[in-house]
Amino acid sequence: MASLKDMRNQIGSVKATQKITKAMQMVAAAKLKRAQDAAENARPYAKRMASVIANLAKGVSGDAAPLLLAGTGSTQKHLVVVATADRGLAGGFNSAIARAARDHIRALLAEGKTVRVITVGRKGRDQLKRLFGELFVESFELGKALDLTTVQPIAEAIFKEFDEGRADVVTLFYSQFKSVISQVPAAKQLIPAQIEASAEDTSGGAVYSYEPSEEEILETLLPRNLTVQILSSLLENNAGFYASQMSAMDNATRNAGEMINALNLQYNRKRQAQITTELIEIIAGAEAL
Amino acid sequence: MADKLHVSLVTPEKELFAGDVDQVIAPGSEGEFGVLAGHAPLMTTLTEGTVTILNGDQKRMFQVIGGFADVNAEGITILAERAEEYVETVH
Repeated sequence: MASLKDMRNQIGSVKATQKITKAMQMVAAAKLKRAQDAAENARPYAKRMASVIANLAKGVSGDAAPLLLAGTGSTQKHLVVVATADRGLAGGFNSAIARAARDHIRALLAEGKTVRVITVGRKGRDQLKRLFGELFVESFELGKALDLTTVQPIAEAIFKEFDEGRADVVTLFYSQFKSVISQVPAAKQLIPAQIEASAEDTSGGAVYSYEPSEEEILETLLPRNLTVQILSSLLENNAGFYASQMSAMDNATRNAGEMINALNLQYNRKRQAQITTELIEIIAGAEAL
Repeated sequence: MADKLHVSLVTPEKELFAGDVDQVIAPGSEGEFGVLAGHAPLMTTLTEGTVTILNGDQKRMFQVIGGFADVNAEGITILAERAEEYVETVH
């Protein structure tokens, strides 16, 4: 049986934990706002890029199409890029992405394909290292600021794999930010580039003139598009992470509150029982005189 | 609005400028070019230089590094890798 002092200590420690989770929740909420803004600001660029590429891709077809768009014609070698967060304490956020990637990799391996893995974010690396450590190409950490300079080395690693013929298909796993309460792990195919069928035709029927040639533009545009796709996915990931962390910490704070109430009730009962016992002892002693 | 040109200047971080203007001058890789409303469809890469947006007697200038310009029936879209507005210096 725990003594009264032990119980007081336990209540104190739960209270301290609650203070921490509460603070973390508030920090996550503040950061979520900023991450959400950043993700939203990046959207117009990615969207326009997609429609420009869709326009271009219509004109270029067959043998003239760059490999990044048309693919190598084979689907034997897969490169899987898994983007998670650097930190945990965000409910099932990182695990959900890692699980989706793991299932995908297992399915590919079962089909006899070769798979290589690049991870972005410390948590994804930790979770997948045990299972697929020998497939790892490289692991990246996110660091503080998320911008094009963060994405550049990741894109370069992907291009290197692709250019040197070690990858035919490149897929990116990340978490789609649906809303503050819903983040869904998703896969996005980076190479061969996917053309949005929905992208509308804005040429108005007139023939485009290109400076320099169509192919040359496409060749510079496609790598840039890939970089932007990764960046926008990472930004979405980031927003999802803070949303997930916020609700996880909200839950933790509430649970701690419930625990404190239950412990307080138990503590008070015990204190009363002790007082009653003491009184009985005193009365019994007085009667004995 | 018939004679106005819709322009949007976006970078991966944010949309820097969007609106209807008279003229846009951009640094194409094959030479600087000006775009007015009703320009024929054109797609070009950009070099490092200045994008000037003219509207009435207003003039705004942006320093851009790398990117693309897409001119179509709807207007001009400039996708810049990096861009920043010149801050007017007082003479």
